[in-house]
Amino acid sequence: MSLSGREFWTVVHGMILGTVFLVAFAGGLAGLWSLRPEWVTAAGVTERLRRLRAGTWIMALTAWLTVFTGTYLVYPWYRAPIKESARSILLSSPSTRLWHTFGMEWKEHVGWAAPILATAVAYVVVYYGEQLEDSPQIRNALMILFTIAFVAAGIAGLFGAFLNKVAPIR
Amino acid sequence: MSTKPQAQSIPNGAAAAAILAAAIGVFVMGALTTLNEITGALRPILVWYRPAGPLTGKTGWAVLIWLVAWVILHNAWKGREQNFGKLFTVSLILIVLGWLFMFPLFFEMFSH
Repeated sequence: MSLSGREFWTVVHGMILGTVFLVAFAGGLAGLWSLRPEWVTAAGVTERLRRLRAGTWIMALTAWLTVFTGTYLVYPWYRAPIKESARSILLSSPSTRLWHTFGMEWKEHVGWAAPILATAVAYVVVYYGEQLEDSPQIRNALMILFTIAFVAAGIAGLFGAFLNKVAPIR
Repeated sequence: MSTKPQAQSIPNGAAAAAILAAAIGVFVMGALTTLNEITGALRPILVWYRPAGPLTGKTGWAVLIWLVAWVILHNAWKGREQNFGKLFTVSLILIVLGWLFMFPLFFEMFSH
């Protein structure tokens, strides 16, 4: 049972960071959704905010780690100008070409929206703290941005999983 | 039901600044993606790390412009109330445009 260095980083990029991201998103969204004065006591707000801060910052941090490992480690291996690279393999056949021209081209760009949006959400959560409870307009905006960040990461993650199945990086 | 005392309210300007700046970052990312397809002239300023190609510059410039926009908007708006609904709508439009510009079926129409 062994992994090459490239396989290890592909797993870190796609599975480990992706799993943490997913859990953090669920916690962050639930925290934002439930941070309402009619649902939470004063003590509950403090406890909930702690989880919300953690969830949003963990999501932002994992999103940054994911795009950096993806862009600067995994992607150069994917697009290496040799016939054994995943990109060359995908482009060599009409039946797999679309995986690169659509799947990878979309994934590599849209994934970067996630850390930018997630960081904005995490910052606003920390900056406003308990006031978010009484600011439904800001809270709703954060939930929408947080969800867009998640969808961006989801598209990137889904295509990453498919691409690694069709043309694994070894 | 919350029973905490009402604290001094923080103006919504800082939230509007953070959200609009992030939307600008996403828009720039998309705009550079499509512009790079329209003209190869941008390539020298987009390749920051050769093994990863122009993706490094597109994302690098987007992050830089996002951060600069954030600092400027935050300093301008942090102590003031803004029309949050309007600014959020503008932010969503920028994000949608950014996504459109980085969608392959769109930007590949301009491939040189």
